[in-house]
Amino acid sequence: MTQDQARFAEDFLPPDEQDTATMRRARATDTTEGRMFTVTGGDWEDLLADNEFEHDERIIINMGPQHPSTHGVLRLILELEGETVVQARSVIGYLHTGIEKSCEYRTWTQGVTFVTRADYLSPAFNEAVYCMAVEKLLAIEVPERAQVIRVLLMELTRITSHLVALATGGMELGALTGMTAGFREREEGLHLMEFLTGLRMNMAFIRPGGVAQDLPENATERIAAFIKIMEERLPEYDKLLTGQPIWKARTVGVGLLPLEGCMQLGITGPILRSAGLPWDLRKTMPYCGYETYDFEVPTLTEGDCYARFLLRLAEIHESLKIMKQCNERLRQPGPVMVGDPKIGWPAQLSIGSDGMGNSLEYIRKIMGQSMESLIHHFKLVTEGFHVPAGQAYVGIENPRGELGCHVVSGGGTRPWRVHLRDPGFVNLQAMPAMSEGSMIADVVAAVASIDPVMGGVDR
Amino acid sequence: MTTPSGTGPAAQPDRTSVDTPAEKPSGTTTDATPQGGAHAGDVARPEQALHHPSSPVPTTGLERTGMFGAHGSGDTSGYGLLISEPYTPAPAERPYGGWFDEVADALLAAMHERSIPPLALLQTTVANGEITFYIHRDFLTVMLWAIRDDESLRFELASSISGVDYGEGVPKRLHVVYELTSMTYRRRIRLEVAVDVDDAHVPSAVAVYPTADWHEREIWDMFGIVFSGHPGLTRILMPDDWLGHPQRKDYPLGGIPVEYKGAEIAAPDQRRSYS
Repeated sequence: MTQDQARFAEDFLPPDEQDTATMRRARATDTTEGRMFTVTGGDWEDLLADNEFEHDERIIINMGPQHPSTHGVLRLILELEGETVVQARSVIGYLHTGIEKSCEYRTWTQGVTFVTRADYLSPAFNEAVYCMAVEKLLAIEVPERAQVIRVLLMELTRITSHLVALATGGMELGALTGMTAGFREREEGLHLMEFLTGLRMNMAFIRPGGVAQDLPENATERIAAFIKIMEERLPEYDKLLTGQPIWKARTVGVGLLPLEGCMQLGITGPILRSAGLPWDLRKTMPYCGYETYDFEVPTLTEGDCYARFLLRLAEIHESLKIMKQCNERLRQPGPVMVGDPKIGWPAQLSIGSDGMGNSLEYIRKIMGQSMESLIHHFKLVTEGFHVPAGQAYVGIENPRGELGCHVVSGGGTRPWRVHLRDPGFVNLQAMPAMSEGSMIADVVAAVASIDPVMGGVDR
Repeated sequence: MTTPSGTGPAAQPDRTSVDTPAEKPSGTTTDATPQGGAHAGDVARPEQALHHPSSPVPTTGLERTGMFGAHGSGDTSGYGLLISEPYTPAPAERPYGGWFDEVADALLAAMHERSIPPLALLQTTVANGEITFYIHRDFLTVMLWAIRDDESLRFELASSISGVDYGEGVPKRLHVVYELTSMTYRRRIRLEVAVDVDDAHVPSAVAVYPTADWHEREIWDMFGIVFSGHPGLTRILMPDDWLGHPQRKDYPLGGIPVEYKGAEIAAPDQRRSYS
């Protein structure tokens, strides 16, 4: 190394000591895109001490993909003039797991297990929308009780998902108590989910034709207890955040997206409703019997991060209202899976001495009494059911907006194509419109208010 | 002899030996002649659609053989010789029912008003309570403008745009499917454009629906369909330097055999399939 090229104090060290020193220092490298500075493991001081460093105010910063305030593995490329964001672009794909392609190699029922892992904060919605699309192709009606259970699980999931949105959003803006409170309440919701379905997340409980099995005994008591706890604790969020001056300073008027911008960018969910359009598929294009429930669609007109926060909080209250009505309807017993033995999953699970498995009566029936039942069980479990050829699209309202599922069947026992229209994927396109021209700290608030879940965005 | 349609791409090159007609060079979209609903009776029969080079909507899917779905084992039942013909969406007959007629009439009127030739609308299909308009590729953008802006249509929201690959051996195997929502009238329709794999170009919808930006990038990434006029058609889910388009049917799923208690379980796309 010649004296001209030497830029750092380490360059003057003996060669054997240089290596360890280089690993620690901040570096400047010349690339085709201009000079690139890397300070990982080093210090800005090194760069600033360097005479060649031009004090250029315009820099491009890569925020993410591993950054605590970008909501998972989201990478933001920000072009800054001082602290003002001139251009912002998001890079996604870091969590692409090929869920859609994997579905093509499993039976229709197994597909539920894949799609539930897409948007991992709202698994019940992924399962429901996929099953509703399959049921549309099969032209079957799901029993009333299964519909009620689906609505119950979806609203419970909406509450837990909104709580995470408040919690992580609060954390990213420095309201750490918001995070601990949000995760504390979410834990209550996940405990209830575990009691009802057997798993906290990714339950694969909703199946084509209904739900995997009926809710356990005491379900209504546990649901009522959860609603009671939530109603006691939700006012704390108002005390903690709604009127808090710092929270308002960080969110009011920040991340603005007016209605025309939302319409152009195809935005749905709380972001659209914060801009003034009361568009909620539960009301506008009802499914699962939502038209028979009494609830409101909260809407505001400010179109900023604060309005979105208020809407999420209000929607938790509305979801609790729906859960109460579900709880009433659950008193009516009934089947939870279609009666057609060519489609409905045959077994009912129960707890035995060696853990959970097929119930003893069922085993007795297929092994000792009915050869046909055994054949049906074997065919359904290994081969699955055939779905008539064609395609279907179903859209439902998940916590982030319209979650759509487009399925294509070639007539076989496996999906030909499954596509999830994830609202996080579409809504994330609004990030530049919300944050260009604002301060870098407001980008964090804007992304938090979009509430993207990368599992759903990247699928 | 044949492989099941879902067995996986590794086994699929055999498909060409089956007597499904291979893609004809004349099968490109630009050669499609106007048919509309006028040809209704003919197109409904799959074999006609297959052997008709200018059929507006080609088959969507492969023929399936056998009754029990299992292949590769000695079949002495005779059911293995059964052949189910590939599925072709049938054109709908008037009346379509519900508000479908209203939308179809409004669409025809809007096309007339904007001097879009009738051949732009290749076929209308009603199935599963949904209406699908098959659109000629060259007229996609003008049709989208009409569908979005016409007062009696007003499909303001492009809910979802997705690609479908109907597999090797199917003419015009790549489809782009537009799910459009009218917030004014609370209706959903579907538009579909089919292109050849050798000429996978579709005009971009970004000018009409800016939300199409990422959808189209995803379809380019996953299916290799080029959207002409897109402001920046780059990969979105896969790395920039990735080769191939993973959701094509001839792209392998991947995966490795797993050993479990001494036995080996093949990768998902290599296992015996029943479909």
